[in-house]
Amino acid sequence: MFETVSKIVAAFLTLSIFSFLYKDNPFYKFAEALLVGVSMGYAIPLVYENVFLPYVYTPIFLSHKFIIIIPAILGSLYMFRFSKNLGWLARYPIVFGMGIVGMGVPMSIHSSVLVQMRSAMLPIDGINTALIFIGTVTILLYFFFSKAHKGIYGKFTNVGVWFMMIGFGASFGYTVMARVSLLIGRIQFLLGDCLGLIK
Amino acid sequence: MKRQIPLIIIMTLGFMFVAHSFIPHKISADFFDWFQDWVKAISPFAVSLGVISLFMVNGTKISRKVPNWQYSVITLAGLVFTALAGFIWGTQSGTPYMWLFENVQMPMSATMFALLAFYIASAAYKAFRARSAQATVLLLAAIIVMLGQVPLGAMISKWIPETSKWILNVPNLAAKRAIMIGVGLGMTATSLKILLGIERTYLGGGD
Repeated sequence: MFETVSKIVAAFLTLSIFSFLYKDNPFYKFAEALLVGVSMGYAIPLVYENVFLPYVYTPIFLSHKFIIIIPAILGSLYMFRFSKNLGWLARYPIVFGMGIVGMGVPMSIHSSVLVQMRSAMLPIDGINTALIFIGTVTILLYFFFSKAHKGIYGKFTNVGVWFMMIGFGASFGYTVMARVSLLIGRIQFLLGDCLGLIK
Repeated sequence: MKRQIPLIIIMTLGFMFVAHSFIPHKISADFFDWFQDWVKAISPFAVSLGVISLFMVNGTKISRKVPNWQYSVITLAGLVFTALAGFIWGTQSGTPYMWLFENVQMPMSATMFALLAFYIASAAYKAFRARSAQATVLLLAAIIVMLGQVPLGAMISKWIPETSKWILNVPNLAAKRAIMIGVGLGMTATSLKILLGIERTYLGGGD
């Protein structure tokens, strides 16, 4: 009985969201509003259990690491975001957390630039490695905006555009297939789990 | 001073983190651990800010009885009920909190993403009506990659999965690699702009 009620609730909410395919309607709006509330409500106990208790409550009240009172006060400065006169105090927790961007400089240079360049500088031992090299160089040339894309240079950048089109097509295909697999999952739930029409 | 002190903090911490990346010393590692513990201690308050903001936005809609204010009641009721369920009965499997996740939150969020399958197909039809040779190439690559992921592709022709694999491993790799290098350079430039105080939009408006 309980399982049936659970399935009815899930099926009703699934169909309510799908009803948007027809047009915006009260069922969709109801489900959308509920999704926002439930998602936020779901996060609160998780943050309390996994972050607040081990990193704020336990160190201060059980382990007596009173130094943690400082970040707790720093965090509570977020609440001044709602104040017109003292809103500037909310900048302190923001900038403290953003200090990590310092690590972004060497990390992004290493992982996104140097590692990729190292992978691109392999011996050209076949048609595929040659195509990868040509594609990478011509796309990089395309994104170099300090020179007008004209003449021979323009022809090179045009080759880069063709490579990008194939890359975007592949990404699009992957994205569609991911969404379709979710759609198949929901249809399997409605037709299989709820109605028993497919096994 | 309301802007200068935060800028000094971010510059000091930022350059300390740049140094941390190049100094594998215990003091450097301890500094990173200390920072992580403090940031984790700060983060629950950011979530509180989000919850209070949601209450304020929806509370205002309800009190002013703006059109469709009833949906704000549903949002807040869903939030309060789910949060209370987690606090009262716990977050383990088999609790009302997990029931809400499995039968309310998860089906709706999965359906929301599944809905995009229809809209992405509709957008593709509008965008890909093969108006140029480049759009045709994009469309062909997408179709071959899609067919290559499902058994239907292999049933049509054995070269479809192979071509799909080639597209992903050769031209797609070249495109992704070049874009990744561009993104990396962009991230580095943005990080440096923040560290040097050139980019300040995160400080918000006002004094």
